[in-house]
Amino acid sequence: MHTGTLNQGTGSTLAIRVDNLTKSFDGLVAVDGISFTIESGEIFGLLGPNGAGKTTTISMLSTMLKPTSGTATVNGHDIVTGEDDVRKSIGIVFQDQSLDEELTAYENMDFHGRLYRIGGEERRRRIGELLALVGLDDRKDDLVKTYSGGMRRRLEIARGLLHEPKVLFLDEPTLGLDPQTRNLLWEYIARLNDETGITIILTTHYMEEADRLCDRVAIIDRGTIIALDTAENLKASIGGDVVTIASPDPDAVAGLLTAPWISGIERHDGSVTIRLQDADRHIPGIVTAIHQSGIGITSLSVRKPTLEDVFLHYTGRTIREEEVSGKEAMRMFHRAGRR
Amino acid sequence: MDIVYTIWLRNVKRYLRSKSRIVGSLGMPLFFMLMLGFGLNSIVSIPGMEEGYMEFIIPGIVAMSVLFTSVSSGIQIIWDKQFGFLKETLVAPVSRLEIMIGQTLGGATTAVIQGLILMVFALFIGLEPAGIVGFLVAIGFMALIGVTFTAFGIAIASRMEDMHGFQLIMNFVIFPIFGLSGALFPINSLPAWLRPLTLANPLTYGVEGIRYGLSGTAQIHPLISLAVMAGCATLMTVVGAYLFRKIST
Repeated sequence: MHTGTLNQGTGSTLAIRVDNLTKSFDGLVAVDGISFTIESGEIFGLLGPNGAGKTTTISMLSTMLKPTSGTATVNGHDIVTGEDDVRKSIGIVFQDQSLDEELTAYENMDFHGRLYRIGGEERRRRIGELLALVGLDDRKDDLVKTYSGGMRRRLEIARGLLHEPKVLFLDEPTLGLDPQTRNLLWEYIARLNDETGITIILTTHYMEEADRLCDRVAIIDRGTIIALDTAENLKASIGGDVVTIASPDPDAVAGLLTAPWISGIERHDGSVTIRLQDADRHIPGIVTAIHQSGIGITSLSVRKPTLEDVFLHYTGRTIREEEVSGKEAMRMFHRAGRR
Repeated sequence: MDIVYTIWLRNVKRYLRSKSRIVGSLGMPLFFMLMLGFGLNSIVSIPGMEEGYMEFIIPGIVAMSVLFTSVSSGIQIIWDKQFGFLKETLVAPVSRLEIMIGQTLGGATTAVIQGLILMVFALFIGLEPAGIVGFLVAIGFMALIGVTFTAFGIAIASRMEDMHGFQLIMNFVIFPIFGLSGALFPINSLPAWLRPLTLANPLTYGVEGIRYGLSGTAQIHPLISLAVMAGCATLMTVVGAYLFRKIST
């Protein structure tokens, strides 16, 4: 058996391999020993609240940050020792805009093409194709500062694809965009993956985005991956449909629901959430039971589980609850990172 | 080389596109030239120089314009940092040295253009060019000032978080450098305790070099000026490149 080099040629269809990757800033651990692999051609999602360590992970994989410990390879190249090869293999759309607003869309693309040493003829051809792909060819000679948020995002994606990367990183690709533009972008991303087979790793804190777009989702919280599977399996893993019963006496309700077909029961202030397969069939029985024991029901809802429920299940919090404290943590990371 | 050219091209394009910046940064040097030049021309005579004060300060004001333009070009990096564009450059498979050199040459080019525009104005108010060679010598020194101080600006920008420190640098570093450079008065007429400061100031040699090119006379031998300016340009580029290597976004 030869060492690592053998794998590099074939890539063994692994686009990314992350092994015990850790990053800490001044003792504050932002990413804590995460490991996962991404198959070539996959759309892989890192889902988690702000400050969970998604962007730090992306920064390490794109060689913008050095890991504190652990290793990772992108397209077969080590992110520390093969920095330049990693950079050539990836395209990246950062969370914050990174266009030159004083240049036109074409000039932004041209600048990028030259930086990645794409020859003149080929550069012009590809810029034309990509701008057409994202529907910006008729505005290509307008200054970027006249562009809307959605147009800028599309331009950044087109730019990230210009040097034909093997892996595309999208850090919160639809953050701050209106729902319509978001939908449009999802379609672009899905079609891109379909047509070119490019591996895409994206971070998001939108459940729907991860659900609709990603082949597999890693749920990340406080620097660790707490669950990783297809969205289907993740939702199935928490035990079927979600029934939320609000009641003046949630404790009593919880005490009543002991039937074996209830696969999970959790109490959140003022309500009880239970999980069960085929909720539709069991609801009448549940309601009757609660009614007969004289406990009131304020409201009752039944729905298919979402990734939000998965997050809640594994962390005991909702992602939205995390938003505020997450931003705090992110600010701390930023400060620490700059020092 | 193509990477350096790419970065250079972006800088020059942005400069040529921002008409208000070009006009805006012509204002102060132009007023200095007109007010000090006309105001003091009749009452100030420079020892050992036949021409009037106007002729004396034109090279100084040209140097000033190059100085201010190049420092702000270097500090532009902070804007790139804040608007996120710097990341796009830093994540590309190119060395930071290439980026830094492209940025430096771009800044120096815009600074020289700015100085040239001012020189054209000066032609109308008393500048009498001493021939094409002298003119080229002046441009050479302008380029060296441009490289030195763009690299200086990049060095500062690499250590600065945001634009808040910009005024501080301008008022407490750049303005004294200008004031103590012999741009506005001959270094020989300074009090003895100030002279070492002036002679330790790289801009002094730049101003003297431009003055030699434009008027044919200088208080410092042009070869000494050339050696000092070339040394400073190299040194500042090395320092700037070193600090830029560690820049974080």
